[in-house]
Amino acid sequence: MSEALAEIAVLMEARLPEAVISHEIAVGELTVMVALDKIPDAVKFLRDDPSCQFTTMIDITGVDWPAREQRFDLVYHFLSMRQNLRIRLKARVREDEIAPSITDIHPCADWFEREVFDMYGVLFSGHPDLRRILTDYGFRGHPLRKDFPTTGYVEVRYDEEAKRVVYEPVKLTQDYRQFDFMSPWEGAEYILPGDQKAEAK
Amino acid sequence: MDGTDFQTPEQRIRNFNINFGPQHPAAHGVLRMVLELDGEVVDRVDPHIGLLHRGTEKLMESRTYLQNLPYFDRLDYVAPMNQEHAWCLAIEKLVGVEVPRRAQLIRVLFCEIGRILNHLLNVTTQAMDVGALTPPLWGFEEREQLMVFYERACGARLHAAYFRPGGVHQDLTPELCEDILAWCDPFLGVCDDLEGLLTDNRIFKQRNVDIAVVTKEEAQAWGFSGVMVRGSGLAWDLRRAQPYECYDEMDFQIPLGKNGDCYDRYLCRMEEMRESVKIIKQCIEKLDECKGEPVIHRGKLAPPKRAEMKTSMEALIHHFKLYTEGFHVPAGEVYAAVEAPKGEFGVYLVADGTNKPYRAKLRAPGFPHLAAMDHICRGHQLADVSAILGSLDVVFGEIDR
Repeated sequence: MSEALAEIAVLMEARLPEAVISHEIAVGELTVMVALDKIPDAVKFLRDDPSCQFTTMIDITGVDWPAREQRFDLVYHFLSMRQNLRIRLKARVREDEIAPSITDIHPCADWFEREVFDMYGVLFSGHPDLRRILTDYGFRGHPLRKDFPTTGYVEVRYDEEAKRVVYEPVKLTQDYRQFDFMSPWEGAEYILPGDQKAEAK
Repeated sequence: MDGTDFQTPEQRIRNFNINFGPQHPAAHGVLRMVLELDGEVVDRVDPHIGLLHRGTEKLMESRTYLQNLPYFDRLDYVAPMNQEHAWCLAIEKLVGVEVPRRAQLIRVLFCEIGRILNHLLNVTTQAMDVGALTPPLWGFEEREQLMVFYERACGARLHAAYFRPGGVHQDLTPELCEDILAWCDPFLGVCDDLEGLLTDNRIFKQRNVDIAVVTKEEAQAWGFSGVMVRGSGLAWDLRRAQPYECYDEMDFQIPLGKNGDCYDRYLCRMEEMRESVKIIKQCIEKLDECKGEPVIHRGKLAPPKRAEMKTSMEALIHHFKLYTEGFHVPAGEVYAAVEAPKGEFGVYLVADGTNKPYRAKLRAPGFPHLAAMDHICRGHQLADVSAILGSLDVVFGEIDR
């Protein structure tokens, strides 16, 4: 299987030299890094080329790496039922960049792109209807960003007096428990409480 | 009616927008659909999802790999163990663990039970959506028995947390295997009874034949999987095409539809249940041959045996570390998919070498199916909407995550 994947990687590099940045085969899966503005070309090529035929779009998602300048990874998964192969395309996006939409190539990308927009705030140009999808009407923020707290900012309850659902800032009776499993022997970068003298050494 | 009637202001025809749901018995959970109607014909469907959004993917980022496992039961709560399977496969793929044979057989056995659980619910509630009340009553009786099998294997009827990275939690008792085997043949009779109620039923056919026809090309363009592509005649099944566990040893057929309408999908599901029974029988037979073999890979992923913990300090430490800190998964990314009853359920896991996933994306089969709702429903009658929704087989636990 990995020979077939390697062939596809070579083919993509030959046919789309300006789109493909690099490729890698790890745990039996092919990942191709693609230039952001060339995503539609690469996707179209993968769908239409007779030796690829990645006609089913499986998934679009994002990954947040806050420390990086190009903060988000856009990750596309495709499946070829004919060749019985899978491929993963990855592109990096800055926070203020707009990604091209692939809804006119794969219509099912519609909801997946809406989800990425909802969860990460990545905008897609050419998307017919870029609304939030999973979060509440009028939700603020993008929950899957690493700087968004797991508890969120608002909570809802039914108010008996107002006779409607009201939104309030989150009040926690107990702090959210984030356990730290870093071992002080294996490179924890902070000083343990009571161990301030360790720094002086 | 001739065209001039439309012109007169008294008879000006106005399109209606109606709200389907969020609380509607045919919505299969919490779905709000805004329907734009031209008379009785549907012009546009706008499903509003997310009413059951619990932020599973966000929660998973702050929990260890083992703590995340029970979240998978709560995705598609109709067939819980199939989801756990995808999570275990993703971890095993990254860690590179070989699952013992007995564990593989048990997994396959319970995945097929999950498939029957799911199809029973779907087929019978679809019948209910189009007006029949008896099928769900009959179907739920069988579901109840299957849930008892779940309970006897792992202690929980629904939220099993039975599949673990490296194997399964506990071995099955011989009595349970016997009872599952004894359940198989009578169940085939129940399938015949259900088919007797529905397959040639005039009303059921009127409501389902030629409704929501999906061509092969459409099925691919809209990212369908599972019964939704097989109903359209594409022979695609991950159990056959990209076999995981020991599916390649099993002898089973993949039923295909011809027309790609709701009725064909119903027939596919009925036939798949019979095939699942075949697989279950084979699993029980093979389980008999490997009695007493380990059901979990006793490495870093699994706890040590109780008896060992009484005597060995290392075993005790291992147990403590496993259930507090959890195991670490090497950095990398992986996509693992299983043929869940509804289609391809996938997990895209990004690990950064710690004890928690950096990012886990759950690819729910119902998500693209529901996304195509607008495309499929256009031009159908209002009453067909609930039949179509029933045959798409949506469960909001997995779509909203």
